[in-house]
Amino acid sequence: MNILVFVSRVPDTATKIFVGSDGKSIDSKGVKYILNPYDEFALEEGLRLREKNGGTVSAVTVGASESSEILRTALAMGADNAVIIKGENFDSYQTAHNLAEYAKSNGFDLILTGKQSVDFDSLQVPSMVATMLDIPSVSVVSKLEINGGNVTAERDVEGGRELLETTLPCLISCQKGLNEPRYPKLPDIMKAKKKPINEIDAKAIEPSIVITGMELPSNQRVGKILGDSESDINEIVRSLHQDAKVI
Amino acid sequence: MSKILVYLESNNNTLKRVSFELITAAKSIGTDVTGVLIGAGEETAKSSQDYGLSELITISFGANNPYSSTQHAAALNNLVKSKGFDTIIFPANATGLELAPRVSVLVDGAYISDVVSIKNEGSELIVQKPVYAGKALISAKFNRPVKVLSLRPNVFTAVKSPAASLNVSSFDSGVSDSEAKVKVKSLLKNEGKLDVLEADIVVSGGRAVKGPENYHLIENLANVLGGAVGASRAVVDAGWRPHAEQVGQTGKTVSPTLYVACGISGAVQHLAGMSSSKVILAINKDKDAPIFKVADYGLVGDIFEILPKLTEKISSVKG
Repeated sequence: MNILVFVSRVPDTATKIFVGSDGKSIDSKGVKYILNPYDEFALEEGLRLREKNGGTVSAVTVGASESSEILRTALAMGADNAVIIKGENFDSYQTAHNLAEYAKSNGFDLILTGKQSVDFDSLQVPSMVATMLDIPSVSVVSKLEINGGNVTAERDVEGGRELLETTLPCLISCQKGLNEPRYPKLPDIMKAKKKPINEIDAKAIEPSIVITGMELPSNQRVGKILGDSESDINEIVRSLHQDAKVI
Repeated sequence: MSKILVYLESNNNTLKRVSFELITAAKSIGTDVTGVLIGAGEETAKSSQDYGLSELITISFGANNPYSSTQHAAALNNLVKSKGFDTIIFPANATGLELAPRVSVLVDGAYISDVVSIKNEGSELIVQKPVYAGKALISAKFNRPVKVLSLRPNVFTAVKSPAASLNVSSFDSGVSDSEAKVKVKSLLKNEGKLDVLEADIVVSGGRAVKGPENYHLIENLANVLGGAVGASRAVVDAGWRPHAEQVGQTGKTVSPTLYVACGISGAVQHLAGMSSSKVILAINKDKDAPIFKVADYGLVGDIFEILPKLTEKISSVKG
């Protein structure tokens, strides 16, 4: 089974965000970057499928040269190949286009991705790539079974859980709960440093959106913080009822 | 003059509330608004007239046809191209977040997801969307003639403003069942359980609940408020509650009218998932906990002491 896993480099989820001097993007000074947490589920699933069915797992990313760091993590976890498609400040459409072009020219049976990158949180690259490749996809999957060419996937939807059926080749975007990603062991981390990373130049196409500004959300809160006495509780309930009118 | 198409969604032959939010939002940026409803009868969509919809298109794939994102996307593509819609609005929920990017590629449009505000500036449509789990907001515009957007549920208020009439037509999409390359086989409903994403009120518990056996404190308060039960990441990682209830950066992002955080200190990841709630009540032992910085109302103390009293008091107020 030839599996492609699309990964991305994102700020650590504990990062405090500040707006950069251009007013349109974050100030990256002091920001720690990591492998997108949801991509770990995608990599782990790919590795388990390879262990069961044979084949290869290739980790592919679109980004600046710093993105090689997360490919080292993917290699340390056990990916066979790592590919960086070099391009900077791409929007989701430009990223999806380059990933789809790579998949087209290299072939695949299955594509796995995280359900979203925890930077722009758009949940759009997976469905876009699948549409560009004219293959089915299932988003936000937390249980996956593949038997021969048949695929069943489960996902949470509002108020319930959906069971879906499709066939290979397809694309699956992975949600927490799908598996427990492995921690790379030190010898594997050392070995991963010596493995080759395949570099390709991205194709620059017209961006589909234009970002005009970035701001921090305003936080105007009432800020009425009381203690734990009977009268404090009564006063908060009164406020919720009469001032905020939410109960 | 933009020609707007709104994707309506139904459940048990009733339009979802988010559909009305979308209609109101669409009417705030244009007058030529059409709704599309796939796989449900026009009776289902009647209520959309109350929110000002005057044009409705229905698409049908035959009885008992399971939902298929690829088939729906193909049908919407044909509809958009044949009628010349240039703005297509989806809900940013499980269905919309999967369908909208598919449609945007097929119609060669530009797509912006999870939008929380929209406005016309001159001839441009400017939208805002949260990024970095709500720690920042970007403003953006579309660089293609066809604009596709998904709107975050619970953010746009649905306003009743009845249309004089509702003109219904059906559209033959010309899409066959062979386009259904992925199908929903079954839907297991969480009977009687309200989802944190759809609830007006969410009550979440954190590490201070100390164990699954104490979660009835959270559930009782949620019951009295008619709200959904949520959980912090620590609670889900400990296996006390299912992941579907997790609020935060690696869980769900919610914006209910009232969010109650019980025994949650307020890690950045949790705040990211709930700080857009309209009103926030926090209960925590530590007066310096970050959760109080985003709270409208707070009670500093032990949740085991406070929650039973609070639940009783709210119950008497709601009487």
